[in-house]
Amino acid sequence: MDFISILSIFVLACFVGYYVVWSVTPALHTPLMAVTNAISSVIIVGALVAAAAKGSFEATWLGLIGVVLASVNIFGGFAVTARMLAMYKKKER
Amino acid sequence: MILGAPPLNPPAPLPVAEHVAALPPWVLLAYLAAGVLFILALRGLSSPATSQRGNRYGMIGMGIAVVTTLATQAPIPPGALLPQPTPDDLRILFQILAAIALGAVIGIVTARRIAMTAMPQLVAAFHSLVGLAAVLVGWAAYLNPEAFGIVVPALTTVDGDLVSTRLARINPVSRLEMGLGIAIGAITFSGSVIAFLKLAGKMSGAPILLPLRHVINLGTLLAILGLTAYFMTDQDLWVIATLTALAFLIGFLLIIPIGGADMPVVVSMLNSYSGWAAAAMGFTLHNTAMIVTGALVGSSGAILSYIMCRAMNRSFISVIAGGFGAEAGAITDASKTDRPWKRGSAEDAAFLLKQAENVIVIPGYGMAVAQAQHILREMGDFLKNEGVNVKYAIHPVAGRMPGHMNVLLAEAAVPYDEVFELEDINSEFAQADVAFIIGANDVVNPAAKTDKASPIYGMPVFDVDKAKTVMFIKRSMGGVGYAGVDNDVFYMDQTMMLLGDAKKMVEEIVKALQH
Repeated sequence: MDFISILSIFVLACFVGYYVVWSVTPALHTPLMAVTNAISSVIIVGALVAAAAKGSFEATWLGLIGVVLASVNIFGGFAVTARMLAMYKKKER
Repeated sequence: MILGAPPLNPPAPLPVAEHVAALPPWVLLAYLAAGVLFILALRGLSSPATSQRGNRYGMIGMGIAVVTTLATQAPIPPGALLPQPTPDDLRILFQILAAIALGAVIGIVTARRIAMTAMPQLVAAFHSLVGLAAVLVGWAAYLNPEAFGIVVPALTTVDGDLVSTRLARINPVSRLEMGLGIAIGAITFSGSVIAFLKLAGKMSGAPILLPLRHVINLGTLLAILGLTAYFMTDQDLWVIATLTALAFLIGFLLIIPIGGADMPVVVSMLNSYSGWAAAAMGFTLHNTAMIVTGALVGSSGAILSYIMCRAMNRSFISVIAGGFGAEAGAITDASKTDRPWKRGSAEDAAFLLKQAENVIVIPGYGMAVAQAQHILREMGDFLKNEGVNVKYAIHPVAGRMPGHMNVLLAEAAVPYDEVFELEDINSEFAQADVAFIIGANDVVNPAAKTDKASPIYGMPVFDVDKAKTVMFIKRSMGGVGYAGVDNDVFYMDQTMMLLGDAKKMVEEIVKALQH
């Protein structure tokens, strides 16, 4: 992919983000932060590439540490979001 | 300078570039699907009813992204869809899975054990991990650019000789993306660490003001930008090392002067940064899932920061400049605290609450500190059984992060349809018999409406002065809110001050109600 197509995806995604986030109910702003935190750990993709590549010992280790850090975030982020969301209950009628 | 010493004959970059370009279409579609699932995850949060499904979409998206990346790391033979791993590849895969498992255990245990009141510092800690991961990925890409497919294809100089630099020449645009990713990641990391320490109470929440801090910060920021630009022309190790060090430093310097009350803005801002860091790395890797996520998270944090600033009537710049609340406690002069006020007992409060028709509860950070949410819900349940109409009113900046109070009330099993936002409930105070303020202060201060000299002037506040009776639970009369301003509500005729620990006071009220 060339730079311009990537930039297009990025700019359009910013607009999607803008409208999607404004539609989030304020009561769920804390879960929103927790889940955005979890999904921003998609940076693990880069860590995986580094950890799997041959050719640089240092890069492999940096990658592996990155994988651990991002995994903490992914599992911790989604788990804590799920825990919070499970608490939101409607009035029993 | 041994770091990253290259193999003497660097592997020819061309096959790598081909490998990247020759990814089968399903790989690109998989990353796109992951990006779409992440959008749906946020979309689900538009209502509590759909939110859990949204969270599962997010997990599926992450699973797709991770599996796809792992599956494509072994070379895919031309024409084949799936890779053919060698034993060596499988050994690497095992290493990686072990790393993921280690992270998973730490993450899940932390998520299970954390108290809901500690959510702000947990989120700050998680942000720091994303930031650090971005720095590590950036450095790994610098040390092993072939693996990331970002080397300049032609490795020859003008003379036609092989370039004898330590590292293969990295594409200048990729260097820019990499430099930005590392810088934003490092700022996110050190900034979040400070935010974590302040939120967890391991460091004073009071702003720490260095002399000349604006000059130092601005200079450091300019140096970072300059180095990032220079990195495009010179990929020497010192450039990226200095860049990283300065970015760590500025993250630290930026958050140090910001006081506890402004933490909701800081946490949101760091949330935004962690997104931009992921996006920058996505540009380096040409990865759709990362770019989409980065944009989503980046805008999410930015919007939350904006909402928080608006709810405090402060500009983003003034929050970032810091120092707010530095004089807290110093402003109250004796003449002000000497004004007459009425002290009530738990029994008085219980009596009035039982007689009331409409009660509006306003929780604030003090409720979180005292862990009073559960007993507060018991009080609400008791009153509801007595036929009292109980509602909860939440200010956007109540607590230490956006939506903090909502989570705590949800934890205490308060139904979310009894919890209202500021603009939805503010008109109802005129009909309220009791406004029950627990652990909040600045968000009910009428000075925000009347006193132009007040630091909180213009901030939208609850019109508690319109309620027939105001009950104000507060530790003591001496302290003031984070903004360091006195509150006229204390001295109103209809106000009853309930002095003491929030949890104990509500427990006593519940006891008195049961008699």
